[in-house]
This record gives sequence, structure tokens and C-alpha cells, in this order.
Amino acid sequence: MTQPFEVRVQSEPFNFGHEYESFLDGDRAAGAVASFVGRVRQTNDDQDIKTLNLEHYPGMTEKVMREVLHQAQERWPLLGARVIHRVGELEPGDNIVLVLTASAHRHAALDACAFIMDHLKTRATFWKKETTPVGERWVKGRHSDQQAQARWHADKKESDHG
Amino acid sequence: MKVQVLYFGELRETVGVASEVVALDLPAATVTALLHALMSRGEPWGDALSSSEPLRVAVDQEMATLRTELSDGAEVALFRPVTGG
Repeated sequence: MTQPFEVRVQSEPFNFGHEYESFLDGDRAAGAVASFVGRVRQTNDDQDIKTLNLEHYPGMTEKVMREVLHQAQERWPLLGARVIHRVGELEPGDNIVLVLTASAHRHAALDACAFIMDHLKTRATFWKKETTPVGERWVKGRHSDQQAQARWHADKKESDHG
Repeated sequence: MKVQVLYFGELRETVGVASEVVALDLPAATVTALLHALMSRGEPWGDALSSSEPLRVAVDQEMATLRTELSDGAEVALFRPVTGG
């Protein structure tokens, strides 16, 4: 693999097939690859979404994303992981985020992929603003996202600031 | 001491500025002292920082608490809970 652990923040769209191929380029050890793609929904909280604007904290965002990958590496025998998160103006149907994880076996790849996504949701410094037919609104953090992150730390009572 | 204050998302819109240097007339200060200095300016800082909406703080790109000590030249970011992914 060219770059086994990588994080990227970009305004450009990503191509899932291209990312998958380049992530695994030359690899023969990964028997399992898990992926997650987060997309812009056409409705959110009962409103039609015209556009979704994403902003972030340059520098801290990438740092937090790398920390999350580190935590995942400590928990599972990963051979690689890649996270791409978009910023800027997006529309329904656009991709927002891609997580790829590779391991020898499926459980590590699948669990690490979910772990990374749950921690990105609650820790990575991104903010979403929706434009709906009745105006603009900032998206609020969801309690269910906090719970999703907390389930990975049920035995440790770790707090990740959310 | 001087600190660089960054505002993101909804908070940036509310205070109408993305970044500013704030001089504190103190030899040492915590995040709480900075927030008090900002709120003492009146609106829009007063409402924005005393709102019941949760406030998050990062100091030098690490999540911080109200008790975190600030050093001269620190970068302090203020924002609402994150909503990426």
C-alpha cells in the first residue's frame, strides 16, 4: 500500500472506486476491507435540504482525524485506514465522508470502520449548515451520536469531549 | 498577555468575526477569564457566550475546559458541538 494510514480534508469530490483501488494498490495481506460513505440526505428533520455547507478548523481537524486512526490502530490489527472528509457547499446525493479500513480478517475491518466513524462524528471539528426552503440553519449535535461513541468506551468511562 | 481567538460555525456568525487577537490585562489567565473579558464587551459576545447552547473550547488545537490555563500567544478556539461525518 502506498500510504497505509491517511487523512484528507478536501472540497473536491472523491471517487470511491479510485480511492478503493489506490488504497489497496499492491496489497496482498488484507483479506478484509470495510468501507463507509456518508452522503447528504435530501431531507433532514422534516425539511427539504437544498444545500449543505461544511466548515472546519484547519489543522485541528486533521490532528483529531489522525488521533482517531491511532486509537483504532491500538484496538484492532489494521493494515491500513483512509479517511476523506469534504468541506464547502454540497448538495443532496453528494458524498461527504469516506472511511476505508483494511485488516487480515473482517471483524477488525468492520469494527474499526464503525469506531472511526463514531469518533469522527463527535470529535472532528466540522460544522454543518443547511439551506432549506424556509432559510438557513446550523445542524445541532445529536445525543444519539454521543451514545454511539460512548458504546466503545463503556468499560473505561472515557470522555472524548462532545 | 495576548491570545488569538478563533470562532467557528454558528458562533462565528453570531459574533461576526472569525479571528481576533485579545489582550488580557493579566499575568496569567484561564479560559474562564478570557470568556469574562469577551462577555464584558456586551453584545453580541454576552449573549453568544452565556447562551444555554453548549460551548466547546480548544486551546492550541486540543480540547480544553474552563479551567485550562492560557499562555501568551495561545490559540483559543470557541465553537458549538461539532457536526461532521
